[in-house]
Amino acid sequence: MAVTVKIPTQLRPVTDGEAETEVDGGTVGEVLDALFDRYTDLRERICDDGELRRFVNVYVGGEDIRFADGLETEVTDGAEVTILPAVAGG
Amino acid sequence: MAIEALRCKECRAEYPLDARYVCDRCFGPLEVAYDYSDLDVAEVRRKVQAGPRSIWRYGDFLPFEATPRPGLTTGTTPLIRADRLAERLGLGEVYIKNDAANPTHSFKDRVVSVALAKAVELGFDVVACASTGNLANAVAAHAAHAGLDSYVFIPADLEEQKVLATGVYGTNLVAVKGNYDDVNRLCTEISGEHAWAFVNVNLRPYYAEGSKTLAYEIAEQLAFTLPDRIVAPIASGSLFTKIGRGFQEWLDLGLLDGELPAFNGAQAAGCSPVARAYADGHEVCRPVRPDTIAKSLAIGNPADGPYALELARSTGGGIDAVTDDEIRAGVRLLAETTGIFTETAGGVTIATLRKLAERGDIGTGERVVAVITGEGLKTLDVARDTFERWEIEPSLDEFEAERAGRVPTATR
Repeated sequence: MAVTVKIPTQLRPVTDGEAETEVDGGTVGEVLDALFDRYTDLRERICDDGELRRFVNVYVGGEDIRFADGLETEVTDGAEVTILPAVAGG
Repeated sequence: MAIEALRCKECRAEYPLDARYVCDRCFGPLEVAYDYSDLDVAEVRRKVQAGPRSIWRYGDFLPFEATPRPGLTTGTTPLIRADRLAERLGLGEVYIKNDAANPTHSFKDRVVSVALAKAVELGFDVVACASTGNLANAVAAHAAHAGLDSYVFIPADLEEQKVLATGVYGTNLVAVKGNYDDVNRLCTEISGEHAWAFVNVNLRPYYAEGSKTLAYEIAEQLAFTLPDRIVAPIASGSLFTKIGRGFQEWLDLGLLDGELPAFNGAQAAGCSPVARAYADGHEVCRPVRPDTIAKSLAIGNPADGPYALELARSTGGGIDAVTDDEIRAGVRLLAETTGIFTETAGGVTIATLRKLAERGDIGTGERVVAVITGEGLKTLDVARDTFERWEIEPSLDEFEAERAGRVPTATR
């Protein structure tokens, strides 16, 4: 399942400057694992002990994955996954 | 006071003082770090008392090397003793910090004054924000005053009063078809693509510092003493935690004695991710989809939720949620007993104060400050149909007849 992932500016130093990339995966967790395989320094930036860090937000089609099944949230072919810092607003 | 660096609240990594808000290492939020070591307490106190009647009297505690040229005059809002409110609630000493008495009628003038001064210092030409309404008013107004272009992003269903009181300043007003959390996500994305000063995104570490001035003012207005309890609303949790930080800084310096007040957070039941995490004993908040009349507090994914939880727990306070009906009653109660008409967020605060009083959580000897963050004229619908009016011909007889039918003899 090909999925588009949008990378925030803060993470582009570890994604060779890429703002957007395509990976395969059927769930958000699989998509992230595919990303971590491609960009080895990315994992520790946004994960701690296998969990997403508490100030990282992940969206599928603009919807926060915590409204769905978290890392188990299914992604369909052509879906857009967005990673963003959670420390804005208010 | 020397401003040192931006420091990650999670892993303590330090960064230069530019437009950034996220730790590159752990994605945690950045906060301004200061060096207090050179400050002389007596001198600071004299300087504060001799300072301008605005937030800039606390310039030593704001993130600038030299005090910037002031814009619209923000701060030094009234702290009003509310004896009739206290009596109705069976409490001792209650004060209302009325932050509606600011240039655009909410506490947001504090954070925007600081953020815009920093935007100018850093050389930005365009300022922007994601807003639930009050921030929109403030950014549009302060940008107009400073002669900066502005972009203001709001949820499309915002109260008409807040939309009108933003558009009038000539900003680029963008109504986003979604809730505040959608607006915030969009702005976080836009901030990565445009070299704009988003006051509550890339300038957030500086912006948030503005809320500390509420604490300094309360302490100064209480003759450099601390209240026993603060009741304040929680949306993102930034205001709530920064009031705590303001008091803590002055305690650390020796400008105040004692310990932090108990911090009670107030949320609307229709958007209470922090109150729920508090009740469940969690350290992080699960996001919610807001559905409440308190639109200025309708943030379902609060950035400072974990820190608000920490502050409430460590000070022996708490976080409560109140229903829309309780919010309306809270607006009414404050208006009837103090002459202050607050917006729905203030209704949330007063309803929470009432709940704490009824539950017996507040001792009668306590000195309590309730923070009113915004103006009632911005959410007029709350007052609609909550009272009757007499409609009469311009005739004395008709007035007397009407009065006889409505006002009990004993109270005439």
